[in-house]
Formats: sequence, structure tokens, C-alpha cells
Amino acid sequence: MAAELKKAIYPENATIGLPTQHRFDPYTLNGGTIVGVAGDNFAILAGDTRLSEGFMIHSRDTSKIYKLTEKTFLGTCGFQGDVLTLTRLLNARLTMYEFEHRKKMSSTAISQMLSTVLYYRRFFPYYTFNILAGIDTDGKGCIYSYDAVGNYEKHTYHASGTASSMLQPLLDNQVGYLNQEGVRRVPLTIDKARTLIKDVFISATERDMYTGDSLHIVTITSDGVTEDHFPLRRD
Amino acid sequence: MADGGQFSAAPFWQNGPSPGQFYNTPGTNLASSQLPRTYTQQPIVTGTSVLGVTFTGGVVIAADTLGSYGSLARFRDISRLLKVNEKVAIGASGDYADFQFIRDIINQKVLDGKCLNDNYCYSPVAIHTWLTRILYNRRTKINPLWNNIIVGGYDENEGSYLGYVDKLGVAYQAPTIATGYGSYIAQPLLRQSYESNNNNFTEEQALSAIERCMRVLLYRDGRSGNQYEVAIITKDGCQVTSPKPISTNWDIAEYVKYV
Amino acid sequence: MFAKKGIQAAKARKTGTTIAGIVFKDGIILGADTRASEGTFIADKNCSKIHYISPNMYCCGAGTAADTEYVTRLISSKIELHSLTTERKPRVVAALTMLKQMLFRYQGYVGAYLVLGGVDSTGPHLYTVHARGSSDKLPYVTMGSGSLAAMAVFEDRYHVNMELDEAKQLVRDAIAAGIFNDLGSGSNVDLCVITKDGTDYIRPFDEANIKGVRQGKYRYKRGTTGLYT
Repeated sequence: MAAELKKAIYPENATIGLPTQHRFDPYTLNGGTIVGVAGDNFAILAGDTRLSEGFMIHSRDTSKIYKLTEKTFLGTCGFQGDVLTLTRLLNARLTMYEFEHRKKMSSTAISQMLSTVLYYRRFFPYYTFNILAGIDTDGKGCIYSYDAVGNYEKHTYHASGTASSMLQPLLDNQVGYLNQEGVRRVPLTIDKARTLIKDVFISATERDMYTGDSLHIVTITSDGVTEDHFPLRRD
Repeated sequence: MADGGQFSAAPFWQNGPSPGQFYNTPGTNLASSQLPRTYTQQPIVTGTSVLGVTFTGGVVIAADTLGSYGSLARFRDISRLLKVNEKVAIGASGDYADFQFIRDIINQKVLDGKCLNDNYCYSPVAIHTWLTRILYNRRTKINPLWNNIIVGGYDENEGSYLGYVDKLGVAYQAPTIATGYGSYIAQPLLRQSYESNNNNFTEEQALSAIERCMRVLLYRDGRSGNQYEVAIITKDGCQVTSPKPISTNWDIAEYVKYV
Repeated sequence: MFAKKGIQAAKARKTGTTIAGIVFKDGIILGADTRASEGTFIADKNCSKIHYISPNMYCCGAGTAADTEYVTRLISSKIELHSLTTERKPRVVAALTMLKQMLFRYQGYVGAYLVLGGVDSTGPHLYTVHARGSSDKLPYVTMGSGSLAAMAVFEDRYHVNMELDEAKQLVRDAIAAGIFNDLGSGSNVDLCVITKDGTDYIRPFDEANIKGVRQGKYRYKRGTTGLYT
């Protein structure tokens, strides 16, 4: 996905017939992984706190989880410059909404707004991969995942970022019960989900060099929000 | 067309249009106009690493005084640190002209603030966030300010503050930061010292860690200089020291023999 | 070369690596991390990067994993035959010369970046060899993507005539600097101490990171996996 996107932005043969020149690349990839899991009455959003570039670790404690409202959180990774701008823009839009409508924006409304904000930059995208987690108006947990230009979908669980291709199949199996026969499907509990998230991040850290240092877990229920930090490998 | 013929009027001024003709903007027909418009594509006069370390009750940032012109050591005594006010200092690596541009804007902002005479002074986080926006917006115009900037500060409410921002708008805070080659050479040493010291430095420890790192950078970074400035920001204010030479040890040189 | 004909070169497993070596009072200490990566993926969490050349010589390898493995094995065998014919203990310069001549012949296409260390009748010797065939002889050397981090530690703390324990700790710290600060390096620290009295290969010398302990249980009931019959 990331490579295709870059190709679309910089066609390799764009300057045929002209002297080849080095172009300033306005993007970089800062790594990291985020996972969202939704249950009947909760949503959990988790991400590692490593910020890296190339073969170098910039920071070991920069969270990828951003609070948007009391019950909506955004997990975002990719290019951190765009992450900072996008979250600022969203916060501004949410404040404007609140002043105009005298209420907080609902998770579902935010999910649509995020898509619009991303698509607005279709031809110079925010190079970010987002997961939105919240409690919808029925009190049920919800997870939305996005690509860089605003395509989005509602899920019950999803992984994004550098280790997503390792985590998603595991979540498919453990949360989605895919490729399992004759198994009774038990509704996911908060504890089970949180344990699973810790374990998948322990595994991701073993095999993905951009994931590690520490895990930031945000659990959202209609009663409130709890945040946990869990140490991961630092190598 | 303004062919200067018998029946057409003389031009208004030299190389200018005749009456009723349009002015032809110079250069629009040249081959150079077919190339894409280009901005800063590479830094010219550059500064190498900047280091920053937090300690209990303050922050120290350091940078050597060399301005390189490619591989030429062009300017040997230029300052890459800027005291913003009594709470904040910044240090920049990368293009020196872009740093001077940023420095002039900040100095003007601070002066404008002083004219209001309201005793307000920019906090470290305010300067850092502002720089983030400036650098990010310039990269979005594909016209970057080619710098890595470290913001160091101390504020009664915020405590020690050490932030980083680069030409793309990537920004974060960390207890120890290094830019350029320093991020590969000095940062491992700074992190190791800081972590083995229970994630806590005194001012003396921070300064000695900086000194060690500047020495290693002088040994190993080909674009580094042999003297450096330090900005120390504590509750008592911000001061930039005069350049301090780096001592070196060449005892092992006699052991380096081939075969 | 092949790319022009539309043939993709096979992607080799490169070891983003930290390897290092120092001369200390009694001989040589070599060190290495144990991570092998394919791009950003960690392909091997505990690979061995200190290769055997002869009882008194070992060689750390960075670069293309297969090249470091085969080039050291080949020179190891040539050194064995050489010492059999000459009826002498092999010298480090002999291994160095064989390595660099072979690497030069392949013009960098054998992607082996090596730290060669050993003790022979003329004393301790420590070399680095680049894939193009150049070499250096220094009291302390590093190689790989973590070489800057490791070299910073050496520049900061190395001095001549170090005692064994201090020297081992220094090499450990140099490799650990690579492990924690360079994403291409990770997992454990391996050490190899070579003195005139013998070789001490310590693997692992230090587990720089403890693996996280999983909290859930992931046992499947018999029959969970579907079978085609």
C-alpha cells in the first residue's frame, strides 16, 4: 500500500526528456503499529510508543493514541508530521462543531468527518494510517479503519502500521474465529481483549523492528476511559 | 507585433512594449522555464550535530561552531544557538542561512512582545509548537527550511523541556536528543548515561555527558569543529556560554600500525 | 546488470548488524549482536555472527548473511590446509590476505564486511575488511549498521592494556549500544575472547532484552483445524 501510494505521488518517468534531478521528498515513515478491538460495551485502542526513522529511534515514549472527545480516540501512524497536523486539524474541527451545535460530536460523525478530511488532500495526502475507536450512540463499541486518502470501513477489530500484516491474521483467528471449526463463539470481554492485545504486541515486537519500547492501551467504555502502559522490548 | 516598422509606433521604453502591445515578461520563453520550479534542494553552508540533555531543574543544549561548505570547513566560529528569552533557547543543524532566517523571525517576535510591555514571554512549548508549524508548512509548499532544530527550555509550570523538530515537521520531546551524525554517535552515549543514572541528571552530569559526546563527535564526525557553545536554561534564566575548545587524546595513535 | 534485462536480482538476507572487536592486555575480544533482518522484518532472533576461522582466529560478519557465512568458511578451510602444509600455527595476516584478495576479486559483489581477530606467534591482531577488499588494523574496530553507536562507546572509554573483565564489559556495552539504538541490530550479545592460551566463545554473553511473557493461553481443542478428506 505504502509503496503504491508513493508511486502514485511520484511517477518514476515524470521527467522524461529533462535532466534527472533530486526531488525533495516531503514524506518520511516513522513506523509503529496500532490495534483496535471493539466489544459489545467497550472499545480498546492500543499502539506502541516508538517513533523511528530509517534505522534510528527518535523517541521511546511518543504515543500514537490521541484523544478526540471523551469517548472517541484516534490511533494514527505513518508520517508523524502529518499525524501532528491531522490531529490538530481534527481537534479544531471538533471544537468548532461543539460551539456550533452545543454538543460533542458522536463517534460515527467523527468517523465520517475523518474520511472527508483525508480525502480533501487526495492528491497530496496525509500519509497517515488511522484507526478510530469509540462508543456509538447505542453504547456499543466501534472501530473504524482508514487508508491514507480516506477510504474507511467499520470493523470489530483491526491492525494498522508496520506490523499490521503480522497482527491482522492473528486477530482474524483469535477475535474473528476465522479458520477454526466447531468452536463456540464467546463474546469478547475487556480482560480477554486487553490480554490479547498485549500478547500480539509482544509477538510483533519480536519480529518487527519498528515496533517496541512500550505499549499504550486505551480502554473506552460508556462509564469512562482507562489508560495503561505496558513495557515492550527496546531493541 | 512591435517590429519597429514604418507604420507601428515606437516602443514606450527600451525593450518595452509598443502602444497597444502587451509587455513580454523576460525569461518566459527560455528553456529554464520548462523545468519545474525549484526551491531549496540541498543545504549550502551547514552546521552539524546539535545535542540536548535535560537535567533536574533545567536543560542544556550544545552545538559546535563550524559552518561547513560541503567538505570545506568554511566558517570556524559561527553560533548555531539562539537564546530566545530567559526560558528558551534553540539550536539548529542543517542550512545556516535558513537558521538565520528563523533566528531573525524569532528575534522580531520577541521584540514585538517586549513592546507590549506585559511581561509575557514565550514558553518552551510555545516556541516548539510554533517552529513545528513553520517547518511543516514550508515542507508542504515543497520549499523546506533545511534544519533540524532542538528547543530547550525551563518553565516553572512545565519543568524541563527538550523538543525536536526537523525540516519535514516531525516533532517530539525526549530527555536526550541529538541531530545529524550526533543521532548515531552521541545519542547512544547520552541515552546510556541517562538511563544508567536512573533517568536523572544533575547539571554537572549533563554538562560532562555533553563534553564527552562533543569529543567523540570531533573524533568521528568529519563535519564537526573543535570548539562548542552551550546554552544552559534553568529557573535562574538562560545563558549561552562562549565557545569552549574540545580536548583530545591521541595516546593510541602509536598503536595504530599496519601489519 | 540483470535489471536492464528485466531480471530481478534475488533479495539476499542482509544482516543489519553491530559487530566489534578490541585489543586488550591479553589478546582480542570480538563481539556481535544476534539479529538477522530482511528489510524491516526480523528473520532470525538469535543468529550467530562470530564465525570460526581457526582455533586462534575468529571473524565477525556483517552485510549479506550468506556471503559472510561462505567467505569465512572458505577461508577457514584454506587456513586449515595452509597450516597443515606449513606445519605451523596459522597467522592472522594470512587469513586477512586470503579474505581481502578474494573480496577484491569479486569487486564488492560478495557483500561481506568483516571484523577479523586472532592471536598468533607474533601477538594479537585485529582487522576490519570491507567488501571491496580494503582493510584496516586498529586497536578497536566496529562494523555494520550499528557501527557508529558501538564506535562511540569505544571512543569514549577505550584505553590501552585493558584488563579482561573491563574489556569484556566494554565490548558488551558497545554491542548493547548498537542493539538498543540501531534498529538493524538486536537480541543478545555474543562474545569471543581470544588469548594466546586459548579461545573462550561465550554465546550468549548477555541477553540485553528479556522477551515479554505472554499472558493468554492459545491452545486449540482437537479438531479445530479443518481437514480436507
